[in-house]
Amino acid sequence: MSHSAHESVVYLDHAATTPMVPAAVEALTAHLLDVGNPSSLHASGRRARRVVEESRETIAQALNCRPGEVVFTAGGTEADNLALKGIYWARQAADPRRTRILVTAIEHHAVLDPVFWLGEDEGAHVDLVPVDRDGRVDVDALRALIEQDPDTVALLSVMWANNEVGTVQPIDEVVALASSHGIPVHTDAVQAVGTVPIDFAASGVDALTLTGHKLGGPYGVGALVVRRELEVTALVHGGGQERDIRSGTIDTPAIAGFAAAVELAVKHQAEHATRVSALRDRLVAGVLAAVPDAVVNGDLTHRLPGNAHLSFPGCEGDSLLMLLDARGIECSTGSACSAGVPQPSHVLLAMGRADDEARSSLRFSLGHTSTEADVQALVEAIGPCVERARAASR
Amino acid sequence: MSGGVDSAVAAARAAEAGHDVTGIHLALSRNPASYRSGARGCCTIEDSNDARRAADVIGIPFYVWDLSERFHEDVVEDFMDEYAAGRTPNPCLRCNEKIKFAAVLDRALALGFDAVATGHYAQLRPGADGLIEMHRAVDHGKDQSYVLGVLDQHQLAHSLFPLGDTTKDVVRQEAAARGLLVADKPDSHDICFVADGDNAGWLREKLGDRAPNHGGAIVDDATGEELGRHTGTYGFTIGQRKGLRIGTPAADGKPRFVLDIEPVTGTVTVGPHERLAVSRLSAIKPRWCGTVPRRLEGTVQLRAHGGEHRAVVATGDGAVEIELLDPAYGIAPGQAAVIYDGSRVVGSATIASTSTGTS
Repeated sequence: MSHSAHESVVYLDHAATTPMVPAAVEALTAHLLDVGNPSSLHASGRRARRVVEESRETIAQALNCRPGEVVFTAGGTEADNLALKGIYWARQAADPRRTRILVTAIEHHAVLDPVFWLGEDEGAHVDLVPVDRDGRVDVDALRALIEQDPDTVALLSVMWANNEVGTVQPIDEVVALASSHGIPVHTDAVQAVGTVPIDFAASGVDALTLTGHKLGGPYGVGALVVRRELEVTALVHGGGQERDIRSGTIDTPAIAGFAAAVELAVKHQAEHATRVSALRDRLVAGVLAAVPDAVVNGDLTHRLPGNAHLSFPGCEGDSLLMLLDARGIECSTGSACSAGVPQPSHVLLAMGRADDEARSSLRFSLGHTSTEADVQALVEAIGPCVERARAASR
Repeated sequence: MSGGVDSAVAAARAAEAGHDVTGIHLALSRNPASYRSGARGCCTIEDSNDARRAADVIGIPFYVWDLSERFHEDVVEDFMDEYAAGRTPNPCLRCNEKIKFAAVLDRALALGFDAVATGHYAQLRPGADGLIEMHRAVDHGKDQSYVLGVLDQHQLAHSLFPLGDTTKDVVRQEAAARGLLVADKPDSHDICFVADGDNAGWLREKLGDRAPNHGGAIVDDATGEELGRHTGTYGFTIGQRKGLRIGTPAADGKPRFVLDIEPVTGTVTVGPHERLAVSRLSAIKPRWCGTVPRRLEGTVQLRAHGGEHRAVVATGDGAVEIELLDPAYGIAPGQAAVIYDGSRVVGSATIASTSTGTS
């Protein structure tokens, strides 16, 4: 093993977090020394408020929603919690028969865990909507689940695109189905904003989660875009700063940086997708040439441009990750960790993979700083690493 | 790296010696809370975080390896089986034999590493015959060569014990000097997977239907009289004095000890201390660190923190006969007898039976 310091790290984990873009750093740092609570009534407060509201308008324009529909949060997980719990409680309050929550089996834990909590502690009935082998939601199964008893469905949550295998979901079909029964739809779009086209108003979804650090903005800031007419019960009570749905002093610099990143990511989405998907295709082709029995997971057409997710039969993903890391190549097993103990990915299991198939997988995700050299480095390293990882799991 | 001070300093020393070191924390339970909670042992989430921070400070990569299935099969199940059969196992030896210097070592070698370094207190040095010898640590109070007595030559040749020449006090001082926050973390005790140290309670819960009995008689060795009842033979170990809950005192007023455990009938026999004396041991499943001795006049150690007994050891047919020149008390089948020639560990074997007779 060699762990000598690598001058240039090959960063292939942009789906975990991607570097901040200079425009976001500039917008954020421009306000770090400004005094003024956006809720204060004096001139300093008004100046801070103006930055926040301009940021809100920038994001609204980028996503085609109304500024008042953007509720700032401390990131994607909080936005997901607010959507799931807040909409569930509000829909329950309006009609106590609404006890069912429908979510896909491949949601991020930021969606699944609040939903399971609602199931265990709040008496909700959770229906997991199955997906096909490529990780696309089974719309017929969804229809059947809704039509069992549409009046009892409180809400539906379907991610725009899956964070592990990159499969983009048929949001249009999901919305058409749900809206015919008057069921609100939430979508976790943290991986999708800036990588695939998103038009909030045209999509017909009722609530959408995005977060700063996945699209070139700062950590710790995100938003729930929530349709004006939709009732959402607050989770965090206090000053009621964000539409009375979310309290807490507004983080002006972070929001300015976040808005700059969203604006840029959405503006350059098409060219970004073209460039990055070409790199991704070369990455997949190169890896398959080096390891012919590797298997690409996820939908080949409906896919995030930067996502390459592969299984390496006979390998443990953890061993492979460590061997690549030692060569300065950084990727992810894509699986959730508790105390660092890797569990087989619930996404791959939901896609019908066996335990050992799920454990043999790695996610390589490309982003705005990825280069041809990154791809080449992986393609050169993957063969020997797979060989060694296979020896270690015998 | 358990998250304790010893493995942290061992890792720092190995890295400083110029080795290319990677920190590994073993996840030994799929559900960490189910084994240990609180700050007493290994394998809590807190311990894994402590180990990670130590690796950060040392400046080495760090990963968690999931050995929970192997640990459960090879160590926890064995522990339950042994107690159910009326024996007293030492799971730490078992873990070293099957997990740390087997499953972990094999995987490490395959991944391109050369050796497993741990914070155990023992010394390795080349012997005259070209083999690697293991000796007791300089700090006799902390010496852990007993729990390493199961390692064979292949395992020893791929092991490093950077703390063997140092006392625990110095290790703690060194940890503090190196900026390792675990410098004053308490030592772990007992068995890492028994959360509160209550073996009997843990076994009662985990054994369930596998328990050979859920109670029986406590019988006086001399008179055969039933002195009381108990709730399961697995709650006892030979030599045990506390927790017998016998109402009537012995005729001579002296304390009584567990002399024998019979899991099938559920009988626990008790008697006076002198009846615990043992002068001969028959042991099985020997593991030799190097060359197998035919006959050896040396010493044996019979428990992790026990003393040395001068002994004559004879081997043959996969069995080891040990004649103790200094009698031992309260020796239970299942315990390991680790055989020493001076400070050198010769090997170990699992005690199958004991007697007081001479040959």
